[in-house]
Amino acid sequence: MTESLGPDTVGSGAGSTGSVNAQTADYLIEIDDLCLMRGEKVVFDHLSLKVPRGGITAVMGPSGTGKTTLLRVIGGQVRPDSGAVYLNGKDVCRMSRSELFEARRDIGMLFQSSALFTDINVFENVAFPMRVHTDLPEDTIRDLVIMKLNAVGLRGARDLMPSQLSGGRARRVALARAIALDPDLIMYDEPFTGQDPISMGVILTLIRQLNEALGTSSLLVSHDIHETVNIADYVFVLADGKVIGEGPPKALRDHPSRRVTQFMRGDPDGPVPFHYPADDLKYDLLSEDV
Amino acid sequence: MEHVLRRIGAETLRWLQGLGRATMMWAMAVARLPRWSDVSLIVRQVYNIGVLSVVIIVLSGFAIGAVIALQFYTQLARFGAEDAVGVGLALVLLRELGPVVTALLFAGRAGSAITAEIGLMKTTEQLSIMEMMGVDPLRRIVAPRLWGGFISMPLLTVLFNTVAIYGGVVVGIHWLGADPGGFWSGMQNTVELWQDLGKGMVKAVVFGLVVTWIAVFQGYDCEPTAEGMGLATTRTVVMSSVLVLAMDFFLTLLMYGDFR
Ligand SMILES: Nc1ncnc2c1ncn2[C@@H]1O[C@H](COP(=O)(O)OP(=O)(O)OP(=O)(O)O)[C@@H](O)[C@H]1O
Ligand SMILES: [Mg+2]
Repeated sequence: MTESLGPDTVGSGAGSTGSVNAQTADYLIEIDDLCLMRGEKVVFDHLSLKVPRGGITAVMGPSGTGKTTLLRVIGGQVRPDSGAVYLNGKDVCRMSRSELFEARRDIGMLFQSSALFTDINVFENVAFPMRVHTDLPEDTIRDLVIMKLNAVGLRGARDLMPSQLSGGRARRVALARAIALDPDLIMYDEPFTGQDPISMGVILTLIRQLNEALGTSSLLVSHDIHETVNIADYVFVLADGKVIGEGPPKALRDHPSRRVTQFMRGDPDGPVPFHYPADDLKYDLLSEDV
Repeated sequence: MEHVLRRIGAETLRWLQGLGRATMMWAMAVARLPRWSDVSLIVRQVYNIGVLSVVIIVLSGFAIGAVIALQFYTQLARFGAEDAVGVGLALVLLRELGPVVTALLFAGRAGSAITAEIGLMKTTEQLSIMEMMGVDPLRRIVAPRLWGGFISMPLLTVLFNTVAIYGGVVVGIHWLGADPGGFWSGMQNTVELWQDLGKGMVKAVVFGLVVTWIAVFQGYDCEPTAEGMGLATTRTVVMSSVLVLAMDFFLTLLMYGDFR
């Protein structure tokens, strides 16, 4: 069951399917009763959530709960076993291949790995979406790329190859590439990992600026509670394939559910297990079958 | 026994599934003909696949031409028919060794490189991010390589044959002293355009198609791990080589027929 805070948040989808399309005007993404198995593991178990347009929405949750998978479902790369995913009111799971590729042009995505194209340099990586999706003249592309790289503080690195970058810098280039076309929706998978405090601040400001200046909607997956609470307008906490809590970040700290507060405060002990399901540690250490 | 049968059944099914996926990939990539903007991508692959294979093709071609001339010469000299070296060399190369050896070298040099490159792109999520950007990797990555291989392989075969004949000339004429007049005129009188050169080129085209298809598919379908990539690269070389040799037999049977 969803333990929601506000009165107007999603319930567990009790028979409200008829009104789904009427509501899409307010919501950019609507996920309705999503179920997905990966191998033996149930990743999503009747998950429902709605992402409002124009805000910064964060998805948090313990490692392995399927946050990355959720972004891939929204992008249409992973097909759910059942349920519906509406993007701008259109069901992603029912789109044809070409419709899907068309729809993705308005989405920017930052992967958990930086996934830069290793055969071209930093400049060309950022220019790539512009070159394939627009007919902009070369000098406009040049100016745009330099602006995007400047925004992540890597204007000077434009002639380097991706292999010459450090991990954190590679991710910032990937961020510049994700925002290259000023998409309507940007999905960030762990944008803060591997960043030093200064670039962390730069990225936070950048995400907020994109949101405020261009009205970009952001969907952010992160473990960094502090940063996320600072920047997000609305937070979903996932665990065991469901939304266990949602609301504005401040409100979640005093959520009635212990599982949510444990996560928001970062306590190791509590109802959410830190360990991957396993036998007792003592048993593992003492057992002889190696 | 039942165990073994079940195992064979499962393997066959897996293999058929793979073939299905490979066919899907090929059809989806080649279904729409390249647009003008794809030409530069294809040219780049012709460079990567074809031009970068030139050195190994030239070296091997020369060596093979030289050694065939050597063998033929010593055998034919016993009957006083040294001049027939040219004919024998040309026929063996154009009909069989040219396309086959080029395809084997092509699989080892270009095929493995294609598999490793696409496999690495998959492992490092480059294909995945491309999809999320609204760019279809089947058109952007797979199709240009399929075309590039398809174009390069016949050209490489022509190069191989040419260099191999030159190798035969160096050994047969310049070194062993066969008569150039007999060498060339024998070749000119016997070799037929379609029967020898044409059918050999048909083989080259078929091999090029199949080897590139295998290489691209193995990369595209590999398990996105280091072992998966290693396995896929090995599979490309092994499968291509075995298939090329098997297909060569059947193509020869089919095209030259009437052996009995
Ligand atoms: N290709 C796959 N095959 C099988 N299981 C998978 C696959 N991909 C993901 N999973 C499983 O799905 C679950 C969710 O994975 P996912 O990567 O979405 O987690 P996550 O919430 O992003 O974790 P993290 O915070 O560590 O990145 C994991 O338990 C993982 O084991
Ligand atoms: Mg993840």
